Amino acid sequence: MPTIRINAQQSTGQTPHSLGLNLSWSKSAQSAITSLLARYPAERSRSALIPLLHLAQREFGGWLSVDAMQLVADTLGLPYIRVYEVASFYTMFNLQPLGKHHIQVCTNCACLIRGSDEIVKEVKATTGLTSSGQTTADGEFTFTEVECLGACVAAPMMQVTHSTGGIHYFTNLDAKKTREILKSLREKGEADKFADTPPAEVDPISHGKYAK
Amino acid sequence: MSNPTNPTQQPAAKANTAAPAPASPTPAQAQPPLPPAPEGMLNVFVDGILLHVKKGSTVMQACTLAAKEIPHFCYHDRLSIAGNCRMCLVEIEGMPKPIASCHWPAAEGMKIRTDSKLTAEARKGTMELLLINHPLDCPICDQGGECALQDQAVAYGSDRSHFHEFKRAVDDKDIGHKIKTVMTRCIHCTRCVRFATELAGVEEFGATGRGENMQIGTYVEQALQSELAGNMIDLCPVGALTSAPYAFTARPWELKRTSSVDLLDAVGTPVTVDTRAGQVMRVLPEECDEINEEWLTDAARFSYDALSTNRLTTPLIGGKPATWPQAFEAIKKALKSSTPATTAGLMGNLQSAEDAYAFKAFLTQTLGTQNLDSRPAGTLPNSAFLTTPLKSFDTAEAVLLIGCNPRLEAPLLNIRLRRAALKRRMPVYAIGTQMNLAYPHTHLGETPEALTQHATTFKAHAALQILISQSVLQRPDASAILAAAAKLGTVNILADTTGRTTTHSIGALPQGKGNGTSGILAAWQKGQLKTLFIHGEDTASAMDVKSGKGTLIYLGTHNTPLAKAADVVLPTAAWAEKSGLYMNGEGRLLGADQATLPPLNAKEDWKIYRALSAELGNPLPFNTLSQLRTLIAQANPAFAPANLGQITAAQRPEFRIPNSEFRLSTKPFTAPVEKYYLRNEYLKQSQTMHAIQAESGSANLGPQPGAPMPLPTKPAKPKGRGAAHA
Repeated sequence: MPTIRINAQQSTGQTPHSLGLNLSWSKSAQSAITSLLARYPAERSRSALIPLLHLAQREFGGWLSVDAMQLVADTLGLPYIRVYEVASFYTMFNLQPLGKHHIQVCTNCACLIRGSDEIVKEVKATTGLTSSGQTTADGEFTFTEVECLGACVAAPMMQVTHSTGGIHYFTNLDAKKTREILKSLREKGEADKFADTPPAEVDPISHGKYAK
Repeated sequence: MSNPTNPTQQPAAKANTAAPAPASPTPAQAQPPLPPAPEGMLNVFVDGILLHVKKGSTVMQACTLAAKEIPHFCYHDRLSIAGNCRMCLVEIEGMPKPIASCHWPAAEGMKIRTDSKLTAEARKGTMELLLINHPLDCPICDQGGECALQDQAVAYGSDRSHFHEFKRAVDDKDIGHKIKTVMTRCIHCTRCVRFATELAGVEEFGATGRGENMQIGTYVEQALQSELAGNMIDLCPVGALTSAPYAFTARPWELKRTSSVDLLDAVGTPVTVDTRAGQVMRVLPEECDEINEEWLTDAARFSYDALSTNRLTTPLIGGKPATWPQAFEAIKKALKSSTPATTAGLMGNLQSAEDAYAFKAFLTQTLGTQNLDSRPAGTLPNSAFLTTPLKSFDTAEAVLLIGCNPRLEAPLLNIRLRRAALKRRMPVYAIGTQMNLAYPHTHLGETPEALTQHATTFKAHAALQILISQSVLQRPDASAILAAAAKLGTVNILADTTGRTTTHSIGALPQGKGNGTSGILAAWQKGQLKTLFIHGEDTASAMDVKSGKGTLIYLGTHNTPLAKAADVVLPTAAWAEKSGLYMNGEGRLLGADQATLPPLNAKEDWKIYRALSAELGNPLPFNTLSQLRTLIAQANPAFAPANLGQITAAQRPEFRIPNSEFRLSTKPFTAPVEKYYLRNEYLKQSQTMHAIQAESGSANLGPQPGAPMPLPTKPAKPKGRGAAHA
């Protein structure tokens, strides 16, 4: 007999509300918006919605509050719901506040075969988190299980997004390396020496370099 | 049996006779080509029946033409095609998989099978999928008995499911006092989302999340701000969106259905009044392409609780309950001291043709007075009609709104204007207050002077439709506005209610040299009138009659301030409690049936006049409703029974521009409607309307679309990939 399952995250009984943050774009964001909007015909400016959401996510703490989504909607002249729909559809838009380091462990086929279960177990054990989407009490780590991030050649892998803006790929992981990365992140705030590749340099939004 | 040389031989039979023959047909075995279909048509087979369907038809339309039922949830005639419920799957011969017939174009020679095993299995599978997360709580669901999912599950579903995992549950959304939500029942057909976006123009609903976590909702909890939100209840094929005031009050099979007319705006929407044991349980729209398509305004849909709130149920003399003979005696006494010149009558804006005829006959024939009116004070003696039928606004070239907000005055007309403005880019100009019409329009100014300032803009259109609010006719410079407008295009006057246009066409207007509303009220305030009959609301207010000295006789339905100010009150029947003929804003004759009885001692309006006239010794010449209607049809042939549902333009009072001073004033127009849900006395009686008005953002319903953020004026040179496209 099927029973009703209540998804813990979806059914808090709370619908998000504006936090009254009164956000506005920074100067550099404004020039990025100008160049983004220049890519599309004036009456199709809603095409810039996804880049603008990325921009807002970076501008306002790595996640999208209702206020940030409303700012994007106002900038593009869209009804709010059209922005919520897109923001809630894509998993790379975070609708909850994140920790300093957002750990995204790939559990897709290639990584799974190469032992991503182990990595997930290690991340959970080190951070004390129990399921995907949680943030540690000290606000240091957020852990998410994700689908393929395109580094299958060096599976298993995880991506760490820092609240300061950089994105690191850590590849060829094992439990020990993962533990050391997390230790370094907690103690030094970075783990650059464990990364096989330098942090991504090309900014997908403004085609410039990430601000350090 | 078979004769290979027979040219009429069916190709299928031929194949059978040559059963083991190779698949590749020899020339002799090839199917004879079908005779070509007529111009612009296609040959399509539905279950072996040859049909001619229009080019561009969908497979579902072809099946409908063949009278084959195609089960569906997301598809709706008046919405865009979504194709996401998959219930309309049918087999097409030669295709590897069944296809969704709602969006698949029919093609020449297509062979559609709605009765095949594949089709039946596809339907069964889709139904099983839809029921995976559906709670099957029909016994406690308000949609039960009129539910598309329930009906189609019986017809096309299976009695068991392969699914043995967990069902999901979704939080209910609080979206205000109009719609109750049970979102676990939602099957994600997105009809509500498409309605809000495409027709209402208030984009509040959407699908958030993805996959199994997809939900329909507003994301941020808020009350729906559309004046047409109630239509989502009708559109919802399951019990996810149900009427909040109707929740848990009745079952569809207990209800008696009566056809009636919504009087609350000039559109005159045909409605069904559902009653149980004499109580009105709900009001639903009927389908009429010319008038309302199939929509209904929220004011009409949710205000029925006014019919059982604060009603007058017995005659009152000086505020004290009395019997009918006592009340008639009091009126007789008052009339003894008054002459025809000191007697007058005013009629409200929700009255039927029968009411208006009896009212006019009583005042002119029984009492012999010429002082009667049914228009607000100061209104020009013009016919308050649309000269263009509602449906013709679909094809209008351009529209000019003068002091008129169709979104609040006639929301169903606004749907047509919105569609034209968005789909055909029909220009819409507005002179008057700033308003949110839910579609782009050009605001040209707040004063009537804009009419002359922008004359060249208007003259560029050969057939400009001009919509003028009835409230504009009350302005001192109304004749100048009408004269200026008449030079620019077709003048249409949008009345406030269907009752107003009905009483107007019956001619409940000043006779001969009699006084109109403003004259009557002025005479009353000066003490010159001995007896004043007021029948219904919204022509005079309690403030207008406060200072009079004569006897005020009020005929009405609710204990309003006006009823409290009256010396004698006679309780009448409200719109659902009487049979009536009405003429809507475009001059179309509509008939309403009696859905229930007037409460307690209240009587039908015309019967009161008939009885009172007999009491006064001069009985009116009608004893039955049919006699009364014969008299009405004699007085105004537009009201003949044969004209029901027709526009009888020739019989309508003529549109004329009064001959007075032509000078446009610089006084800005005022908003024709301040509070949409409380815009007349009847609506003010409804608790639901008060609750809905309180949660509505503002007078213009809903926030203005957000203004784009100011950006640096000099756009920076786009860098990188974007530069190539710029």
